[in-house]
This record gives sequence, structure tokens and C-alpha cells, in this order.
Amino acid sequence: MNTEQTAGSVEVARASVAPLWVQDLTVAYHRRPVLWDIELEVPRGQLVGVLGPNGAGKSTLIKAVIGLVPCMSGCVRIFGQPYRRSRHRVGYVPQRESVDWDFPVDALDVVTMGLYRQIGWFRPVTRRHRQTAMEALDRVGIADLAHRQISQLSGGQQQRAFLARALVHDADLYLMDEPFASVDASTERAIIEILREMKSRGKTVLVVHHDLQTVSDYFDHLVLLNLRLVAQGATAEVFTRENLRATYGGRLTLLDEATEAMRRGEGT
Amino acid sequence: MRHGARLRLRVLLLILAATAGLAESAVAEPLVAAPLGAEWPPAGQVRAPAETTGAAWGRLWRLQDYNTRIVLLGTGLLGLASGIIGSFTLLRKRALMGDALSHAMLPGIALAFLLAVSGGYSGRSLPLLLAGAAGSGLLGMVVILLIRHGTRLHEDTALGIVLGVFFGAGVALLGVVQQMPAGHAAGLEDFLFGKTASLVARDAWLIGAAGAASTLICLLLFKELRLLSFDDQYARAKGLPVVALDVLLIGLVVLVTIVGLQAVGVVLMIALLIIPAAAARFWTERMDWMTGWAAGMGGLSSLTGAGLSAVYPGLPSGATIVLVASVLFFASMLLAPARGVVSRGLRRRRLTRVLIRQHVLRALYAASEAFGEAATGPSRSAAGDGSAGASAVAFTTLLAARSWSARDLRRELKRAQRAGFVARRPDAAWSLTPAGWKCAARLAREHRLWELYLLTYAEVAAGRVDHGAAMIEDVLDPQTLQRLEAMLADELKQQSADSGRLDSGGGAAPQTDSHAEGEARA
Repeated sequence: MNTEQTAGSVEVARASVAPLWVQDLTVAYHRRPVLWDIELEVPRGQLVGVLGPNGAGKSTLIKAVIGLVPCMSGCVRIFGQPYRRSRHRVGYVPQRESVDWDFPVDALDVVTMGLYRQIGWFRPVTRRHRQTAMEALDRVGIADLAHRQISQLSGGQQQRAFLARALVHDADLYLMDEPFASVDASTERAIIEILREMKSRGKTVLVVHHDLQTVSDYFDHLVLLNLRLVAQGATAEVFTRENLRATYGGRLTLLDEATEAMRRGEGT
Repeated sequence: MRHGARLRLRVLLLILAATAGLAESAVAEPLVAAPLGAEWPPAGQVRAPAETTGAAWGRLWRLQDYNTRIVLLGTGLLGLASGIIGSFTLLRKRALMGDALSHAMLPGIALAFLLAVSGGYSGRSLPLLLAGAAGSGLLGMVVILLIRHGTRLHEDTALGIVLGVFFGAGVALLGVVQQMPAGHAAGLEDFLFGKTASLVARDAWLIGAAGAASTLICLLLFKELRLLSFDDQYARAKGLPVVALDVLLIGLVVLVTIVGLQAVGVVLMIALLIIPAAAARFWTERMDWMTGWAAGMGGLSSLTGAGLSAVYPGLPSGATIVLVASVLFFASMLLAPARGVVSRGLRRRRLTRVLIRQHVLRALYAASEAFGEAATGPSRSAAGDGSAGASAVAFTTLLAARSWSARDLRRELKRAQRAGFVARRPDAAWSLTPAGWKCAARLAREHRLWELYLLTYAEVAAGRVDHGAAMIEDVLDPQTLQRLEAMLADELKQQSADSGRLDSGGGAAPQTDSHAEGEARA
């Protein structure tokens, strides 16, 4: 009894420091579970990659964490609090495909959306807010495109606008859904620069990623996912051939890619 | 642009103030006492049959008639509110929700009428009919939500089912109403197609108040509704009450539909919600302006339609309002500067012309260069003086250079001839004029540089390629350009060394050998 209590309080103490702590999370769409019994603990101040094949539940994990899809069971804590109470400490970057880019707003409008909750109900967006948004656009390098309608931005520029929307409000944990998907190489480089700079300021960034080649270069910590949690931990320990085989199954081309990536990783 | 939000607010407040002022003046000097009873049609509304249309226009124009003034004000505000609410539902991709809901109101109206009559009351009590409309409208909404969340059917299926079933039930009930003793049903069909003449001041006040209230709500929640329509997932992640906002939006749709029933009618109310918003989308790329445009066009078409219907009592106001709105819509669709059909067509045609002009010049340049080298060697620069000498190219050679039709090529050659870029020799061969040669040399050089750039800087280049075939000098920094030009010069030197000849292409095209490139492109 006594030991159990101690164990429980240790658990709570650990949960309170972790930027993201997930226990026993199960998510289902239409009777088919898409995430089973996920246990996670993401360390502070690191770049964390979430890897897995298509349909492994990578995006679902993020959406479950911030309550966009209902959890059948389990417990999610962000800095020891449920998401409801820690919302202001979380920045979310959804997949680029999730919105209609022919919407009549410009890049600056998109970024100011990140400030709406801060501005509050019934109040208009002021010059000061626009100035803040402009600075965020400048950080991602597209300040000169602030007044361009968003469908006239290239894919990489759209992704940068989404990133700026998350940056405009100073959070501690960022959740990014495929920020590197189909962007040009210079955007990818710009984004990873920003992520590294965020890490150096003690931010924790969780990134859904698909390119095995860049994994060991980009991330300190990995979460390997295929409906269940396959492995998590420091990249150097977790990014192994066995773990990748367990994650991706017998998809040989991918494994070859991974081997190549690991070889390069060892080389550096 | 920075002041967009403030300007939007000011414009809309101005419109509100103007209409409010109109209302005030209407109240200040009522010329005709408004009948406040539920009597239908109201006494003040019946015109002497002897009155001419011209006189009716005059009365309308001078806003002499208190009732007319109020009715115009009310329907104008209704159109304004519909335009604004419609902008949000259109962008939220819920445009058809309003359609299903307004159709779902019909059985409620008919049922309320039947119940009232069978209970011995007057079936034309407005509050009763509107309550019936609201009741069955809400029932329709519940059924839509049940189908959408309880089954795996898509929302459009749910909308189609509710629209069809409820409207069918409504038509059946109207059939029953029609079989009742004559006189009872009179006026009920106004709910189907709308009739301004059936509006009394009190109805108009109701319409105006509902319109003003929903306009105000939309303005106050503008940024929240914009975020909801653009990215509902992000809105939820940020903790906005997405479901409540959606319900509010549908609630506003139901509100303006109910109060608009008498003026516009069940069948066409949806048009007032969709058409002004869709027309507004053509004029602007900013949501605040779009909402303003939609409000303006909705208000204008309502005013005009209601006015016409007041002058010609035979015209159902709903149809008239919608017709006016659709005139505005088609005008917008065709004539809007950036997104309109005409300007897009023109832009595409201009682009095609520029491209085909470039292709012709480059093909001619490549062909005459090849010809010149083979036949006359260094003297090919003689083509530079445009005389019928060195390097004219036969039409068939040009035709084979690219996959274009003889007709297109001939037409473009003629055009380029008029522009002074090419000249036609008596033997039907074509050659570049000095101006054409200069232009073609520049084009060939630019294309070659772009190619080199893409090859050399493949990884960073992708982001810049959407600049298209713009002048390379405008896009690249001078250092990069210098390096590329050096590379191009090296390449050329290499080529001439390989072929054992000195590069003799001074003059017009110093650094370019577009021959290989022309072939590669073709």
C-alpha cells in the first residue's frame, strides 16, 4: 500500500515536469482502433521526431493529445496539466492540406489567427497585433509576402505561414504535423534552423516526420509508431535496424533507405 | 490594407447609421398610420386600382408612403444581413445547409395554418406561422445532425434527404390546405415565393431588427468566425467553442430565413444567402471586404426587388429580389477584375501569346543560326541587318521545329511581322529583323541561364521557379547571375574548342548558342 502510494506520487512528479506525458492512450475511428496503449514521455528542450508508415497514427497521436479526436481511454498531460488548462503553452501546426488555400485571407491574416485567443472575444485586431504577426513572418523569412493572398504562395511559403502562426504566440511545446511534407529544400532548411533555434531557447518540439534520411540529423529523440508504440528514446539508441523493421515491417526499399541513413549517421 | 478591419467596421456602421436614419425619419413623420392588427392584407397596403404605375413609382421614389419606407428598410436590412451571414456559411462550406433548412420550414408553416384553422382561429396569424416555420426548421436541423453523426453518410446526403422529405411533406400539406373552404388559404402561397405587398410595418420592423442584430453579432465575432471558416481544427485546438459557433451560424441562418419568409419566400431565401456572397467573392481576396461587398449587393438587390414588387403587386418579391441578385452575380462573374471570367480569359490569352511569340522567335533564331553556321559560317551575323540574305528559314522547317499547328504558326508569324520582329522574303522564307534578332538572342540567353541555374542550384531553385520565365535579372542576385554567365561562357568556349572553330557569334548574340537548347526544348 505504502509503496504503491510512493510509486503513484513519483509518477505524478514525473508527469509534472514532462512537456508531454501520455499513458495508456487508445484512439478508435468507427470501431477500428488506430492507436493502442500508447505510453510516452517527451523530454524538455528537445527536437522529437514521430516516425511510422502511412496510417500508423502519427497525426492521430497529435490530434488526440490536443483533443481534436476523442480518446477511448488513457491520460494525456502537458506540463502536468490536461490540455484544456495548458492550451496557452502549446503551439499547433496542422498539416498544410487540412485547409482550403483559396480562402480570402492574406499571409498576415493567417498569422494573426495565432493571436486571436490572446486578443479575446469581441475585440478587433490592432496595429500592435499586426506588428507582432509581421515579426513572426519575418522570422520564417516571408515578411515580403505578408499581403499576398494565400493561394498565391508556393507550398513552402504556405508551410512557413503556418509555422509563423504557431510562433507568433510564445508557447513551450510545439506539435507539428508533417511540416516538411512537399516543401522545397530551402524551406526545409529554414524550418529546421528555426526549430533548432527554438530548442536552444528551451522549447520542446514534436514533429511528425516521413523522411528517414534526415532523422539522425534533425532529431534528438524519436517516437517510432505503428498503431502501437514500437520504441522511444534518444535517437542514437532507438534509430536501429531492428526497430525500423518492427515499425515499417518488411518494406525493403524503406529499410534500405534507413540503412543508408544510418550509415551516413555513423559516418558523421 | 492594414486598415482593412477598421475600414470594414466604419463602412458597415455607416450603412447601419444611414438605414437607421432613414428609419428615424420614417418614424418622425408617418404619413399613413401603420395598421398594427394582424389583419391581412392591411388596409394601408391596398392601393386604389386607378393609380397608375407611374404614380406608384413616384410614391416609391419619394418614399412618401410610411409603409413602403418601412418595408424597403426592412428588406434592405434583411439583404444586408443575408449577405454577411452568407459570406460565412459560403466560406464554411455550409451553403446548402440554409437551403435544406428553409425548405424544411414549409411543412411547419402549413401545419401551423391547418392547426389554427381547425382550432377555429385565423390561420394567418403571423407569430403562429413563424413558430411553425421555426419548429420544423429546427427539426430538420436535428435530423441532419442525427444522420451525419449517427451514420457514415456524408453531410450532402443528409441535406438532400431532409430537403426532399420536408419539402415533399410541405407540398402535400399545402395541397390539403388548398382543399379547404375557399378564402382560408389566401396568402399562404406568399410564404412560398414572397410578397412585399403583404408586409405591414410591424413585420418590416421585425425583419429589420433581426437583420441588424445578426449583422451586429457577425461583426462582433468576425475574427472568430473567420478562423472557424478557415481552419476549424486549429480553432478547436486554440480552444474556440467550435460547435457553439457553428450552431450560432446556423441559428443566424434560421433567423434570417424565418424573418425573410414573407419577403422572399421559402424557396428562394437560400438564394439571398448564397448569391450575394458568391458574387462578392469575385471582387476581393480579403474576407472583410468580401463581407462588405456581399452586404452591399444583398442590400441592393433586396431594396430593388422589394421596390419593384411594391410597384407591381403582381411580381412576387422573392423572385424579383433573386433576379436582381443574379444580375449582380453574373456581372461579377464576368467583369470582376482579378477573378472574373473575362479578365482570366484575357490574361490566359495574353500569356499564351507571349509564350508563342517567344517560341517563334527562338525557333527562328535556332534554325537560322544552324543554317547560318552550316551555309555561310561567320557571315550569319548578316542576318542582323535584316536584308534578304543570309539566314532565312523556310516555313516547313519552322513547322517541324515544334509541335504547333501550321495555322497557329502562320498567324503568329504575321503578328510578329506586324510588330517588326520578323520579315518575310519573296520566296516565302522567314527571317529575323534586327529588333527580332536582339529579342530572340536575349530570350535564348535567358532560357539557357535558367536551365543552368536549375541544374547548378537544383536544391534552392525550386522555390523560385514559380516566378516563371520572368526576367532572370529581376529574380536572381547579381553574384549568382555573374557566376552563371561565367559558366555559360566556359561552356561555349568548350563547345567551340570541341568543334575546332572560334566562336564567331559576336554582335547580337555574344554568349549564346541556343541551337542545342532549341532542340532540347522542342
